[in-house]
Formats: sequence, structure tokens, C-alpha cells
Amino acid sequence: MEFLSYLVTGISLGSIYAIIALGYTMVYGIAKMLNFAHGDVIMVGGYVAFYATSFATGSLLGEDPSDGAVLLATLGSVLLAMLVCTALGVVIEGLAYKPLRSAPSLAVLITAIGVSYFLQNAAQLIFGAAPKNFTPVVSGQLTLFGGQLRISYIALLTVATCLVIMAALTTFINKSKLGKAMRACSEDKGAAQLMGINVNGTISMTFAIGSALAAIAGVLLCSYSPLLQPTTGSMPGIKAFTAAVFGGIGSVPGAFLGGLLLGIIESLAQAYISTQLSNTIMFAVLIVVLLVKPAGLLGKYVPEKV
Amino acid sequence: MMKKKLLALLTASVMVLSLAACGGDSGTTDDTSGTDDSTETTATAFKIGVIGPLTGDAAIYGTCVANSTQIAVEEINALGGDIQFELLTPADDVNDAETSVNAYNNLMDQGMQLLVGTVTTQPGLSVFPLTNEDRLFTITPSASGDDCIEGNDTVFQVCFTDSNQGMRSAQYIDENFEDPQIAIIYKNDDQYSIGIHDNFVAEAESRGMSIVYEGTFNNSSATDFNVQLTAAQAAGADLLFLPIYYSPASIILTQANAMGYAPTFFGVDGMDGILTAKGFDASLAEGVYLLTPFAADAEDELTQNFVTTYQEQYGEIPNQFGADAYDAVYTLYAAIQAAGVTADMSAADICEALIEVMPTISVTGLTSAGAEMTWDSNGAVSKDPTAVVIRDGAYVTP
Repeated sequence: MEFLSYLVTGISLGSIYAIIALGYTMVYGIAKMLNFAHGDVIMVGGYVAFYATSFATGSLLGEDPSDGAVLLATLGSVLLAMLVCTALGVVIEGLAYKPLRSAPSLAVLITAIGVSYFLQNAAQLIFGAAPKNFTPVVSGQLTLFGGQLRISYIALLTVATCLVIMAALTTFINKSKLGKAMRACSEDKGAAQLMGINVNGTISMTFAIGSALAAIAGVLLCSYSPLLQPTTGSMPGIKAFTAAVFGGIGSVPGAFLGGLLLGIIESLAQAYISTQLSNTIMFAVLIVVLLVKPAGLLGKYVPEKV
Repeated sequence: MMKKKLLALLTASVMVLSLAACGGDSGTTDDTSGTDDSTETTATAFKIGVIGPLTGDAAIYGTCVANSTQIAVEEINALGGDIQFELLTPADDVNDAETSVNAYNNLMDQGMQLLVGTVTTQPGLSVFPLTNEDRLFTITPSASGDDCIEGNDTVFQVCFTDSNQGMRSAQYIDENFEDPQIAIIYKNDDQYSIGIHDNFVAEAESRGMSIVYEGTFNNSSATDFNVQLTAAQAAGADLLFLPIYYSPASIILTQANAMGYAPTFFGVDGMDGILTAKGFDASLAEGVYLLTPFAADAEDELTQNFVTTYQEQYGEIPNQFGADAYDAVYTLYAAIQAAGVTADMSAADICEALIEVMPTISVTGLTSAGAEMTWDSNGAVSKDPTAVVIRDGAYVTP
């Protein structure tokens, strides 16, 4: 029965990684760049939701508010976090990455790391360094098998959110016109431009979607692990990046699969092997997978013509 | 193209110049503060430095220590006696060893004569060897590690040691709980946590208590305890011993609540502060036990005065770390009186004189529970940790 609990923990943790990894993989697929500031956008999302919720419960809702009002306030703060993060993502892309569109990829990578540090330190300046305790968006748990297995509602919510996002995103990319534009840009930016596709607009849109997802991931992450501080996003960000590479960077289902597997490996390694070695084991698995399949689990191996 | 290059050159030279200017600036400020020092040393104020985490994970402790030191210094100065203190700006160490050493060097440059710090054990282990080398008299409010004072004659503790805490926790649990099944979650890259854990386990084993699970975490995994909690629950633990600071403890309480696991939580002095952690749902801490020598709702006059003053000035209820710091300043006061040192003496001379008298003085303070604190020549205080339990958001003696 503990095995099932560990598995559930792993799946819900993996779902958070998957949502974050989607942001990495989409941006990589289209702009061919690693946006290392993505993890810190998650942190910003967490802070916005935290302040919006505390403002709502502190001054908007009176004493002893009804469940509906609380739900509305929570949804409102998540929406606000998404809006702020979307704007932030587009601004970061426009200010920091767009001028470097034709620069070597190393320059873009360094810029991304710079943006990441900027966001972390700006957050420390604005929100203070003292950690804040985030109140989970839902509380309570589901009891199964006569109390032997307890699954927290936040774990269920995380998994459900991840599935919905995954389905919506796949439909969007495969069925809609904008999705088609994204696929075209990812395949060949030059040719796409010649066909009349607004490449810069498509890249901005990708950042917008990725950042909105980061806000959701931020709220879920902080509900799962409630301590919010300026460095909250960095470790999950790195792990989600690993998940994206694991699943095959550039592939949307790959990010989903990679995130889930990574979460499960981490949780089971902690439970059965060692809490200290869990990160080591996780990255060791990544190395083995990349040795066997250099493009990741679902990545396409594209031979380069010279 | 040419224009761009020119622009780049210009920007680069501006940057270089501004850097140079920065260097020049700090140089001159250092100089002026140097002259300030010399003028003020002739006055009769002892320069006290405070090092502690004012930001970061353990910020509640550091800020409370800094504020409480300020209160004690103001009170003593208001007495108007021969002994006056000048409190240097408290230095932030973010509960990090390297930052702490930098903070220490900075305070030494400002002419610190007495150190109240460090607040936490881990940074102290890096700073205390330096105070020993520099012969700077050091009194730490709350760095409770045994290694902090071991083989170091310049450092004295106001708090009880980790070995004392670990042992007393085991003793208390054995005496007050019916056959507890104990799980421990501790931080195995932190000397404070390891120290208490080891002593707790040793005492528990000699008493034949049953420890069913031991889980660890470290700095990089301090955000998720689901696995450790599931394992503890699966092992049938009904008492969870947490020799850790309040930040990770607040996550443990939240995650245990989310998964419906409700053992008795038993913390040590590091749990103090959990009720005032920002955004933390204090109702989750109901029924949590912890060891502390200080309860803010105690009736005695000393505690009442201190808590009221603190609340007036800082709008919060002080925790045990602040009380320890307040006592630390009064201990310095008592020691200086006994040794008869004056502020125009060098830090090293003051230090030797104070080390002489420390084992001979006794101080009644906020954290001595009505009795008197005395010190052995090693630097350890005679004080008994007492257990309290949180009921309705306040510490109550069970």
C-alpha cells in the first residue's frame, strides 16, 4: 500500500514537472533556445497568486466567507497570476531574446541565465527574502481502502490539470491555424516566413503560452510544497528541463512522459534507495537514456546535412 | 557599424570609470568611518556587534535577536551608569557560513569589541575559531551546537547545548508518552540537526524506546517531505521528532495535514517561531510540542516588560531567540561589572578579563525560569530546557 502512496506522490510531482517541461520544450521546439528563466517565471506566478489570495482573504472577503467566494477568489488569483506571467514572458522575449534572434545560441543561453538571476534578485528586492507559506488551493484528502491509502486533493488536482493542459495543447498545436504556424516555424523558420507566417508573432505567442502554463505550475508547485521564496523555481526548473530532455526536447508528448517518469523515479528512489541519492539517481537515469537514445525518449533524431 | 563600435567603446569606458569610482567611494567611506571609530573609542561605549540571519530561511531568529539586543542595549544605556554600549548595525549572514565570516570581518573593521552572535550553529562553527584567534569575547544567544564552545575559551552560550536538548527530549518523551512509536526527520547537512538527532537516538536507545523510522533531507531537498511522511506513517509512527528549524517544519506540518497524517509533533528550540512564520496556517501547529526556556505569556515582571516593549517597537511577539539575546546583553553587562573593564581597553584585554569572571557570575534573565544562570569555564550555561505545547496559538506548559 505504501508503494501506491509513493507512486501517487511521484505522479503528482511528475505532473508538475511535466507542466513546467512543456514550457521548455515548446520554446525550444520553436525558437531553438533554452529559456533558463522559465523556472523563475514559475516563482513569479507563485508570488502573484500568494499576494492576490492574501489580499482577497484579507480585505475583499469578510469574516467566514462562503466556499463559493473562496473558490472564486482562488480562481481569480490563479487567473491574475497567469495574466502577469504571460505579460512577463512576452516582455522577457521582446526585450532580452528578440534582439538576439540571429546571434549564436551561446549568447542567447547566457542571456537566459542572466534573466533568471535578474528575476530572482528582483523578487528578493520586491517580495523580501523571508520565505512565505503558501496556502494550498485545496485541502483535504481522499481516503481509499478503509484508510490505508490517502491521496491529497491537491495531488488529484495536479494530475487532472496536467492531463487537461496536455490534451488542450495537443489539440491546439495539431488542429488550429496558429498551431499549424507553430509547427511550421519549428520545422523551418525561413520557409515559414516566405509562406507568410509571422514568425516573431508566433514565437511571442509560444512564450505567452509557456509562461501562462508556468503560472499554473507555480500555483500547483506551491500548493504541493508550500514554502515560497525567490529561489523556489530554480530547482524544479532544472528538473523540468531534465524531464524535457529525457522525453526528447521539442516534443510535447515527450515533455509529458519525461516529467511523469522523472517524478516517479525521484519519489521511488527516495522511498526505497536513499533520500540523499534521489537526485543523483534521477540524473544517472537521464544519462543512461541519453546514451541509448541520444534524442530522448520521444525525440526525433534529425541527421544534420553538411 | 563604426557608430556601434564607438558606442560600445563609450559604454565600456563608462563602466570602467564607474567601477573605479565605486572603488574610490568605498575607500573614502572606510576612511571616514575609521576616523569616527577613533573619536568614539575615547568615549566610554563598548562596541557590540550582532551577526545573524536577517533574511532567508532563519530570518525570524536573526531579526528577533537584533531587535532584542537593541532593546537591552537601550535599557542599559538609559540606566546612565559607567557602562554604556554602542550597537553596531547588525550584520546579516543569511544562515550561511561564508557570509557569516564576511559579516564578522566587516564588524571587526568597525572596531567591534564584543560579539553577540552568531544566531545559528552552522555559521558559528566558521566564525568562532576566528573570534578565538582574534581574542574577541563572544556570547552566542542561540548557536546551540556542542562544537561551538568545545575547545574555544572565548565563546559562551546563553542557550542550552544540542546534546542537552536531544537528551532532554528523549527523556521527556519517555516520561510523558505511553509507549511512543517514534519517527525522526532530520537535516543531515546541518550540524545543529545532526547533533540533536545523535544525542536523542543515543538516549532513546539506552532507555529502550522504539524508533521505527529515521528520514533525512538536505538543503536541496528541503521542500518536499511526502515520501518521508508516507514512510513514517507506514512504519506506524505516532510521534514525529523534528530536530530542525521552523521553515522545513512548516512544510512538514502542511504536507502531513494534506495527506491526513496526524502524529504528535515534537520539536526542539528550532521549532520556536513557527507561529509567526509568514502565511503559515497557525492552526496546523496546534498540539505541537517544543523545547523552549521562554514563554512570552509568562506572568513574571521581567518577561512582561520585555514582551510589551518589543510589541510596542516591532509589532510582534518576540521568540525565545530574542529572549536569549536580551539575556546575552545583560550577561555582558554583569560580566563587565564584575571584571571592571572599561571601553577604552582593547578587545583582547576585555576578552581575557571577561573569560576570567564568566564562571563566577550568575544572571537572572528571561530564559532562566526564575533561577540563576551560571556558566562553566567551557562556556556552557546551566539551564534546563522545558517542554511546552501549542494550544490556541500560544505556548502552554503541558
